[in-house]
Amino acid sequence: MSLLSLSRVAKRFANGTQALRDLSFTVAPGEFVSLLGPSGCGKSTALRLAAGLLMPDAGAVTFPLGKPEIGFVFQEPTLMPWADALTNARLPLDLKHMPRREANARAAAVLARVGLAGFERALPRELSGGMKMRVSLARALVAEPKLLLLDEPFAALDEITRNRLGDDLLQLWREDGLTVLFVTHSVGESSYLSQRVLVMTPRPGRIAAEIPLAQSRDDRLSPVTVEAQRGISAALNQATA
Amino acid sequence: MRRVYDIALPVLLAALVLGIWEWAIFHWQVPHYVLPSPSAIGRAFCENFSSLMESLASTLAVTLQAFAAACLLGVATAIGFSQSRLLERTLYPYAVILQVTPVVAIAPLILIWVGFERINLALVIIATLVAFFPILAGATLGLKSADFNLLDLARLHGASRAQILWRIRLPTALPYLLSGMKTAGGLALIGAVVAEFVAGSGTATGLAWRIVESGNRLEIATLFAALALLAATGVLIFAALSLLEWALLRRWHESAISQAA
Repeated sequence: MSLLSLSRVAKRFANGTQALRDLSFTVAPGEFVSLLGPSGCGKSTALRLAAGLLMPDAGAVTFPLGKPEIGFVFQEPTLMPWADALTNARLPLDLKHMPRREANARAAAVLARVGLAGFERALPRELSGGMKMRVSLARALVAEPKLLLLDEPFAALDEITRNRLGDDLLQLWREDGLTVLFVTHSVGESSYLSQRVLVMTPRPGRIAAEIPLAQSRDDRLSPVTVEAQRGISAALNQATA
Repeated sequence: MRRVYDIALPVLLAALVLGIWEWAIFHWQVPHYVLPSPSAIGRAFCENFSSLMESLASTLAVTLQAFAAACLLGVATAIGFSQSRLLERTLYPYAVILQVTPVVAIAPLILIWVGFERINLALVIIATLVAFFPILAGATLGLKSADFNLLDLARLHGASRAQILWRIRLPTALPYLLSGMKTAGGLALIGAVVAEFVAGSGTATGLAWRIVESGNRLEIATLFAALALLAATGVLIFAALSLLEWALLRRWHESAISQAA
């Protein structure tokens, strides 16, 4: 059974734009799935629907195994500028009224896992773009989610930082048995990170192609990864033609 | 080095202007009931020191009470607006009407309604009306300025309206609120003075009354002393609120950081 299922979902915005039509896909527990498409194809909208931040006009968003704890990472770090890294990472726990001592311990542990040990007291403005993104990732992980939704989280970062964060995300996914739905417009990123790539059409978005990928992609330039990129690019070209 | 100039240049200008003023009074033999010399004003200030301080205390008490009331009312109303669009749409036009109606025009009415036996309350109400709007406007804008994604994230994690207000909206609103408070501090003083003027000399005891009384008696030097005291009080209120702003924002808000750099 799938963890997340979107079936024939449609969404129109208040300004009349039809963002999604007949969008259907599923994500299995423990899977790493990329949602790939051109800018403005409704990828982010699909992710917000999955998170329950938007309601579909038609169709259904369901969780056949029960509603999981969800972590969400935006394209921008979206931190509270007045609060330090620990307080930012702790936010989901604070909202659940977890005792401060326990929440602090868990937030510190998750900050250490994303490589920010020693930066607990740093304010967002004192951190680099990549480090801010790590705080954002820590905040998404702190409540131990089953489903991690990421909306082009590394798009604003330089390539070196982006690759490093991608590797760290893969490692967290392997260690925690997370389920990841990763929205991106980068063929390279989707080919390297995910087990399955869902290629979307331009607006109104729906799934144009589904590309399963080989499991063992140990680096970004291995022949398997490059071959996968060729296939994804072809599907993307066809979808946007 | 820049800090030294920031203080030294205005002080130098003041010394220059006062020097020329003093010299001009002496040179042209200007009568003291038209324009007293700075030294005469200084003398009047020292001679009337204790009564001037009493008047200042009276005006300052009205100002501070009005400022506190304006802060409480303004923030409470802004929170109400942020929780209910309906409330905002219904009340905001009246807040604007209140703001654009000259307070001098409604002050007599308030004095009559509250009664001259409770003159202090009337003065505080009038000054509060003057200081209220910038607080409301600042806090309303600030509460609306919260990052939409951050609000979505909080909702995703099951935040209640109260949690969103306390953890996200209010901290976001703080810089806007403080900016409104800086304007409101000066306005509360202006409101207190205007209210005293309208109340007249019979009952009020503040600095405005001293100015009216000195004017009537042609004690222009005392008038100037009261005026200078009033200006200094205004500057002090502004400085105190700027300091508060700096203390609260210096670690994270762009406005305070660039000042410190």
